[in-house]
Amino acid sequence: MTSGLVFALAGVLLFVLGLGGVVMLSHALRRILAFNLMGSGAFLVLVGLAQRDGGVDPVPQAMVLTGIVVAVAATALALALVRRLHGAHRDD
Amino acid sequence: MKSALRLAVVLLALVLAGTLMAAILELPGANQSLPAAVAAHMAVSGVEHPVTAVLLNFRGYDTLLEVAVLLLALLGIGAAVHAGSETEDGGAEGDPVLAALARLLTPLLILAAGYLLWAGAHRPGGAFQAAAVLAGAAVLLHLSGQMPAWSSPGLLLRLGLAGGLLIFLALAAGLLGQGALLRYPPEYAGALILLIEASLTISLGLILAGLFLMLAGRRGGA
Amino acid sequence: MTLSFAFDLLLALALLWSAWRSLATPDLTRAVVMFIVFGLLLALAWARLSATDIALAEAAIGAGLTGALLLDALGAWRRAAKDDES
Repeated sequence: MTSGLVFALAGVLLFVLGLGGVVMLSHALRRILAFNLMGSGAFLVLVGLAQRDGGVDPVPQAMVLTGIVVAVAATALALALVRRLHGAHRDD
Repeated sequence: MKSALRLAVVLLALVLAGTLMAAILELPGANQSLPAAVAAHMAVSGVEHPVTAVLLNFRGYDTLLEVAVLLLALLGIGAAVHAGSETEDGGAEGDPVLAALARLLTPLLILAAGYLLWAGAHRPGGAFQAAAVLAGAAVLLHLSGQMPAWSSPGLLLRLGLAGGLLIFLALAAGLLGQGALLRYPPEYAGALILLIEASLTISLGLILAGLFLMLAGRRGGA
Repeated sequence: MTLSFAFDLLLALALLWSAWRSLATPDLTRAVVMFIVFGLLLALAWARLSATDIALAEAAIGAGLTGALLLDALGAWRRAAKDDES
């Protein structure tokens, strides 16, 4: 078993863990955490699967690199929306 | 009722995990080798590091659209926090030790960002990592009370935020004559990629810092 | 079973454990800290996959910047909750 395969399988478990968290957790911050876990799991599958026979594949690596930066932007936007939501609730 | 629902979700998740893992283990090997394709075209890419070549040459439009997504996210944050703007004045209270450390570290971080940008052409590094280091410096300065949070960015800052995308777009439009989106002429590829990466470093650094600085210092509600 | 395989397995287990803790621990601050730990472990995993570029980005952005954003949001929430009480 290569490291690629090990981390691809770990990525699947992380993705499912995150998915379960997004569905089941009630606090918004936890959901954002769970959503990030889903993303990280998908990244691990993407790179791990391409490198399961031990080679190095720059194409999924470059895509995951862009993905990480987009994930932080999505997180920040989600936090901004949640804060706005809290503010709206408080004003009621 | 609630616990039954939880049990159902857990069971479904376990089934999904099992199916996905089985699929990964069963998956036949790829019939087309992407690493070989990348290696075959490295000579015309203008850089020596394969990841940078994929990022800015072979799949440059991914990166172009990504920068647009980042800018949109920042605009969304600006819109979301502005509607009920209620800023706390200034940054955090400046701890003198933290402030001194931030003053010492900032020039080093800028130097490190420059190195990462330059290194991207032939070893791991590049615009994203350099931008992250720049954003880290900005966050550090804010936390030590030496940089205010952004309430409404001025013209220069707006130009800096959008500059990377605008230069990238202008180059893409200028190169349309080559027949495909973002196909660089091989003899200029290295210089063009360096120009794009340098402008992206500054813009992405400002955008990533903006993600933090536009949210920082707001009261929980706003 | 070689040493590097054992290390990979240990790292994968640590990843899953820290991810689980960040969702299941009752204290929100601790959850965010566990998430930062998860990001740093993930950077190690990228290094094991010889994806140095991603490892650098993950450590700086995934763990650093995201962690700063989450902690800042948490602080703002706490302050807002305190304002509501007074």
